[in-house]
Amino acid sequence: MRIKSNIAISDSGFLLNPATGESFSLNPMGVAILKMVKDGKSLEEMTQEISQDFDVSLSILERDIEDFKGTLTQYGILENSKND
Amino acid sequence: MTNLKPLTIAVTGLNAIDSPGPGVAVARGLKEAKSFDANIIGLSYESLEPGIYLHDLFAKSYQIPYPTTGTETLLERIKYIHSVENIDVIIPNFDAELYSFMKLEKELNKLGIKLFLPEINQFEERQKINLPKFGKDYNIKVPHSKALYDAGEIYSLHDEFSYPLLVKGKYYDAYVAHTPQQATTFFHKISSKWGLPIIIQQFVKGNEYNVTGLGDGKGNMIAAVPMRKQYITDKGKAWGGITITDENIIELTRHFLKSTSWRGPFELELMKDPEGDYYLLEINPRMPAWIYLAVGVGQNIPEAIVNLALDQAVEPFESYQTSKMFIRYSWDMVLDIAEFQQISTFGEL
Repeated sequence: MRIKSNIAISDSGFLLNPATGESFSLNPMGVAILKMVKDGKSLEEMTQEISQDFDVSLSILERDIEDFKGTLTQYGILENSKND
Repeated sequence: MTNLKPLTIAVTGLNAIDSPGPGVAVARGLKEAKSFDANIIGLSYESLEPGIYLHDLFAKSYQIPYPTTGTETLLERIKYIHSVENIDVIIPNFDAELYSFMKLEKELNKLGIKLFLPEINQFEERQKINLPKFGKDYNIKVPHSKALYDAGEIYSLHDEFSYPLLVKGKYYDAYVAHTPQQATTFFHKISSKWGLPIIIQQFVKGNEYNVTGLGDGKGNMIAAVPMRKQYITDKGKAWGGITITDENIIELTRHFLKSTSWRGPFELELMKDPEGDYYLLEINPRMPAWIYLAVGVGQNIPEAIVNLALDQAVEPFESYQTSKMFIRYSWDMVLDIAEFQQISTFGEL
């Protein structure tokens, strides 16, 4: 997955899709996950990294990240990359 | 002092109310024109249209007769106003008055007053009642719709429509009905205000987008600014919106203008379904109330209309600022009763 090229992201977690005019605010965890997506990290790398700071099982974390990515895809923020 | 050519431009649609007319926004655009110095005259229907009292924008306002009184009465009134003000251009902004002005265009031209409006056949073929044929003729997706003259017909729609569906007036008003009973209620509500027919339209689920623009009458696109409504009132009016970048909308607009050789301003109301297809819901043959957004992002459509009306060459706008928002607000003016008395009694202020 990758972030669509036209999406504008601010450091504070404000997302704007200039093609639709839709905007979204992410919480700090959302910003962190999106940054990992941007850096091309795999699901495994993401869960490992986040689980170091939070007391959560890997399976729940994996599901939550997948859910979140699904939501972002539905809103037109993420798209499939060639590697998917 | 300015060296720009002075022009007197009369503008209607001064009702900057909860369901606002575009007149005040049009006047703001004209005031910011860089190719002429606008002296703006307001043309109003009622004494409480706020634009009448905005003296910084409208040098003077005159009441004009309602379209139902006929074009002769309107022409006589305009002749009088013209004798005082020497009008160069009139910009009508109401759907319901456009037909009268289109019919009077030649007469007004003889007086030296110019307009830049759609032609009568263009105006007619884009009527909500004719939209299915319009879509077919010009290869533009439109939701299925049907004109009804009798509320009894609602109960025999089940073969053609599923619920929810839209119940719309010929000119104004639209409601989403979830049952035949609701549709019947809306039918009577709208028809008592705006008359018949009532249009039943397939409900397209998705996001609504609007584009305002200007066609030169030769198939060329002079201006086009797409917007997504962000804040919508219970009357469906945008009190907040944002300009967007969407090449598909611009292409659709270009196709519309090229196919129809549309002359004048317009607003396209579009619905994007979850598959990304655009449906044309309505074509408004005038500027929208949010026209100042287009001016603010670099396309002064009111100014271009005046220049086209005066046969001046107008270069098409090539860009606009994207992701710019507008937020509308209301403003209470405090004024003397003498002003209200003046416009109510003498029909001018």
